Amino acid sequence: MAELFIFFEQIYKILFLLIPVLVSVAMIVWLDRRVWAFVQKRRGPNVVGPFGLFQTLADALKYVFKEIIIPASSNKVIFILAPIVTMTLALIAWAVIPFSETFVLADINVGILYLFAVSSLGVYGIIMGGWASNSKYPFLGAIRSAAQMVSYEVSIGVIIINVLLCVGSLNLSDIVLAQKDLWLVIPLFPMFIIFFISALAETNRPPFDLPEAEAELVAGYQTEYSGMMYAMFWLGEYANILLMCAMGSILFLGGWLSPIDLFPFNVIPAPIWLILKILFLFILFALIKAIVPRYRYDQLMKLGWKIFLPFSLIYVVLTASFLMYFDLLPGN
Amino acid sequence: MIAHAIVFYIFSLIAIVSAIMVTVSKNTVNSVFFLILDFISISCLFIMIGAEFLGMIMLIVYVGAVAVLFLFVVMMLNVAQQKNEWFNSSVRSSHIPVGLLVSIIIFFELIIVIGGWKYKPDLLDSIAIEINTDLTNTQSLGSVIYTDYIHLFQLSGMVLLVAMIGAIVLTFRQRSGVKRQSYFKQISRDRKDGIELVDVENNKGVKIDA
Repeated sequence: MAELFIFFEQIYKILFLLIPVLVSVAMIVWLDRRVWAFVQKRRGPNVVGPFGLFQTLADALKYVFKEIIIPASSNKVIFILAPIVTMTLALIAWAVIPFSETFVLADINVGILYLFAVSSLGVYGIIMGGWASNSKYPFLGAIRSAAQMVSYEVSIGVIIINVLLCVGSLNLSDIVLAQKDLWLVIPLFPMFIIFFISALAETNRPPFDLPEAEAELVAGYQTEYSGMMYAMFWLGEYANILLMCAMGSILFLGGWLSPIDLFPFNVIPAPIWLILKILFLFILFALIKAIVPRYRYDQLMKLGWKIFLPFSLIYVVLTASFLMYFDLLPGN
Repeated sequence: MIAHAIVFYIFSLIAIVSAIMVTVSKNTVNSVFFLILDFISISCLFIMIGAEFLGMIMLIVYVGAVAVLFLFVVMMLNVAQQKNEWFNSSVRSSHIPVGLLVSIIIFFELIIVIGGWKYKPDLLDSIAIEINTDLTNTQSLGSVIYTDYIHLFQLSGMVLLVAMIGAIVLTFRQRSGVKRQSYFKQISRDRKDGIELVDVENNKGVKIDA
């Protein structure tokens, strides 16, 4: 009986985390479109609900009632699995995100590795979708995306090593607590920039949205998808973007910590700070979508392998030597 | 404890079934997907026995990188068709006896290795170093690899480096007639290089040397 109780408590906790995440994904799609419109001097979605806040819900409802079309020559099992994989992977990663000192679903030892692993699995949803469609454009999009995501994962991995050198733990709560005096964005500012750009490439956001470059590939790997399955790809993509923003704010911007430990700031509850930081990063994402033109594919690869990777490797050496020389290594 | 056992059996069942499906399934792409499922369930087993670092590295390296490359190759080369042709052709292939021989040798090697394996109660008696339970997996692994086994660690790194350079040397082709973009050239171009002003005489035109 007691075990059953624990089981239901866990499910309650998971729902308590997942439902806000899903709702905020819907809101963030609206925010993305609003920011985009704001930059281009348009109004953006402003009809459904106050300020158009329910636009995404209306869109989702529309997708639910649309027919799901499965191409006759596609590999049906993998075709249906692909959006499910994308969505699931985007959601399970939230299990380790610490919202405050006590509010974390799974406080595991290797939290940052778990996040990295889940984000590196994200490429499968795209490859599966692209291949199973059995069509030229989706396949080209999937191949582009796989190469792009694998390349940028490498530099994200090296950036994480930089952070770990300064923190001395793979636990996400420890990483946040280690930034109590100094947010890592200050000593590792170049790494923060590179992390941000790599996160754009990892989530296939503009200017690196080559997998779905509409001028060349129709809609990339999602070309053959319709109805709810398309909506799942779409929600999974935005959940991933939100996750990358959360990862950036935990690694560099001090997670749930308030910027200054003084009166008006430290009464605001910890999760609010994390949400504000995630929103800040997301608005940057949205602004970049609006103002930066798309990269060419060879430029993208060159940026990843020939500039980001060597630079972040050199920065690892620099960080390690600095910490060693001034005897600042954590754990001593 | 019972829940632990149930979860263990579920994961090992998935691992074994998907390992069999890797070899059995006709479509090569499906084989790779089963291989990925196998990797994932094995890394879950690693996490269950408390080797969380190993499990996560398994996910990152094998599932996140190696299997993606497998999938790439299999999808691009259309191996599925070749395999089907190979199965249906009447010409006997010499692959099967060689494959059988290799797998029998590996099977006996495994028996020899596992026969000499010490299981948990004996294992704890047979190791000399005390097990420190305060340290996490990652810390203890790091403190051993970078001190006692540093030479082996460096050597394995060298082996990987040699393999990498070998792969590059084998596949590198110098192609002629490829236009490369040089950022330096583009940026350092100025008005003088790009524009030439010519006084054109009436009815004569200009000869442009290409």
